[in-house]
Amino acid sequence: MLSVTNLHVEVGGTPILKGLSLEVPAGEVHAIMGPNGAGKSTLSYTLAGREGYEVTQGSASLNGEDLFALEANERAAKGLFLSFQYPLEIPGVPSLTFIRTALNAQRKARGEDEIGAPAFLKLAREKAASLKIDFDMLKRPLNVGFSGGEKKRMEIFQMAMLSPKFLILDETDSGLDIDALRIVSEGVNALRSPERGMLVITHYQRLLDYIKPDRVHVLAAGKIVASGGPELALELEETGYDRFSQVAA
Amino acid sequence: MSLALALQSGDVASLPSRRDEAWRYTDLRAALRAIPAASPKDEAAVPAGPFAALDAAQTIVIINGFGPDRLTIASGEHRTVCLRFVSSKAASAHHAALAIEVAEGASLTLLESHEGLGQTYVSDIAVTLHIGSGATVERVSILNDSAEAISVVTATVDLAANATFNQTVLTTGGKRQRFEAHVNHPGQGASVRLDGVYLLGDARHSDQTTVVTHQGEGGTTSQLTKGAVRDSARAVFQGKITVERGADQTDARMGHHALILSERAEIDAKPELEIYADDVSCAHGNTVGALDEEALFYIRSRGVPLIEARALLISAFVGEVTDRISHEGARQVAQDWLLASGMGRPDEF
Repeated sequence: MLSVTNLHVEVGGTPILKGLSLEVPAGEVHAIMGPNGAGKSTLSYTLAGREGYEVTQGSASLNGEDLFALEANERAAKGLFLSFQYPLEIPGVPSLTFIRTALNAQRKARGEDEIGAPAFLKLAREKAASLKIDFDMLKRPLNVGFSGGEKKRMEIFQMAMLSPKFLILDETDSGLDIDALRIVSEGVNALRSPERGMLVITHYQRLLDYIKPDRVHVLAAGKIVASGGPELALELEETGYDRFSQVAA
Repeated sequence: MSLALALQSGDVASLPSRRDEAWRYTDLRAALRAIPAASPKDEAAVPAGPFAALDAAQTIVIINGFGPDRLTIASGEHRTVCLRFVSSKAASAHHAALAIEVAEGASLTLLESHEGLGQTYVSDIAVTLHIGSGATVERVSILNDSAEAISVVTATVDLAANATFNQTVLTTGGKRQRFEAHVNHPGQGASVRLDGVYLLGDARHSDQTTVVTHQGEGGTTSQLTKGAVRDSARAVFQGKITVERGADQTDARMGHHALILSERAEIDAKPELEIYADDVSCAHGNTVGALDEEALFYIRSRGVPLIEARALLISAFVGEVTDRISHEGARQVAQDWLLASGMGRPDEF
């Protein structure tokens, strides 16, 4: 599914990722943990195609498709979804209009028919109910005036509507209280399937109590320095990241 | 100095130029070497205008300056009028004047369009509008001038007590284009809204100039102009509100907010408030910025191509203005106009 090989990335001339390799097979959830500044967000932005993240070496593919040969929107149409740590506010664009525009743009790129208004609204009502999102909120401009928890729920709602093949969750737990964390995690868990892969990027172990990973990787100084089962996350919670900083150096 | 005077005299020396303070950013003298011949009368059928799909009780078509010069709405009458100014011939010039009288308690929805069919025409339109006591006028103007057109539209608006005047102009510019409104505001419960949208590309130019004079107590003016410029286009916004001595309890607000989408594009904004009364509430805001790159990436990361993502952000930005149009059909036409403007395409340097 997602395959990253020897990835080197620079931002503004500064090397951030220095030979990162990673395989996430379909049906699995992998967690990437690491200290601040390790390159976690750089990895997610690079995979999603943000400008200013320069790949100097290495490759990344999704289902054999070279991600770096595609524009950000083309990657989305191929099934990649990045849930932002800080979702943007888009004034003047109602949430539903935004999601329908995105969904139809993806369908068009895949050569599929556009979804009609009745089918779209029916789907939106179902997904909103399961995420405990007030339907009226979906008529408001996207994320404008939403609380941190509401914005994250809106990210999961977009995920549920767009039904991507591979999810990258960038610090989805940041700014969430326990109740919001539970709702968001349930939303993510509902999307787990044998065909879908997920990469959960987090600083804290807490999120992984709710979204149970199959594998845990430690990212330090731009590389994966350790990989293991879910127990690795618990171990990190005990010992911290210090010993890995030495490994990376 | 005015375009009307130059058309009359045939003398380019009468054209306003950058030496005239009010025309500093819209130099007609530099744009026009000679006054072209008078536009001929044209009786050929014209294609449908931008408001063709809406129900209007009356359509007035003024082609190359030829057409009616008077429109009267009787007391208590409510009418929707489609007013079309068409310039059909290249390399010619024309002037038209229209006097509109809206009697006491009447209402008029004026769906006005300026349609350029030829390329290098010169058009000068003068509209006078008298709005009687308690009467309401909503004027929605779409300027579809051609890229080589020189076009000036000047409106002089007089309101009586408790009258309402709401205006929205939407423009894609011309070679030199000016849309100007002078509003004599009596206060006394009268209310004015003056809005504008410009979306300019290539080497187009557009100037929106307004002069509002509050002469009596208790008047409101609300003004919001938003726009975007790309390529080497140039937008001019000149808004002046004067509150005369004794015009207390005036509430006047002016906002002009713009996006610059390329390094060669230019915006000249000149907001002015002149206040001679003591007890007033006046404010103005003026901002110019670029499209939010982070927001663009966010939208693209959800699968929307760059061109559409830009168009979405631009139309959302200026959509705040078209949302203020009260006539539902005209609002829809305005929103469709935004989406059709093609402002999303990336810059070609």
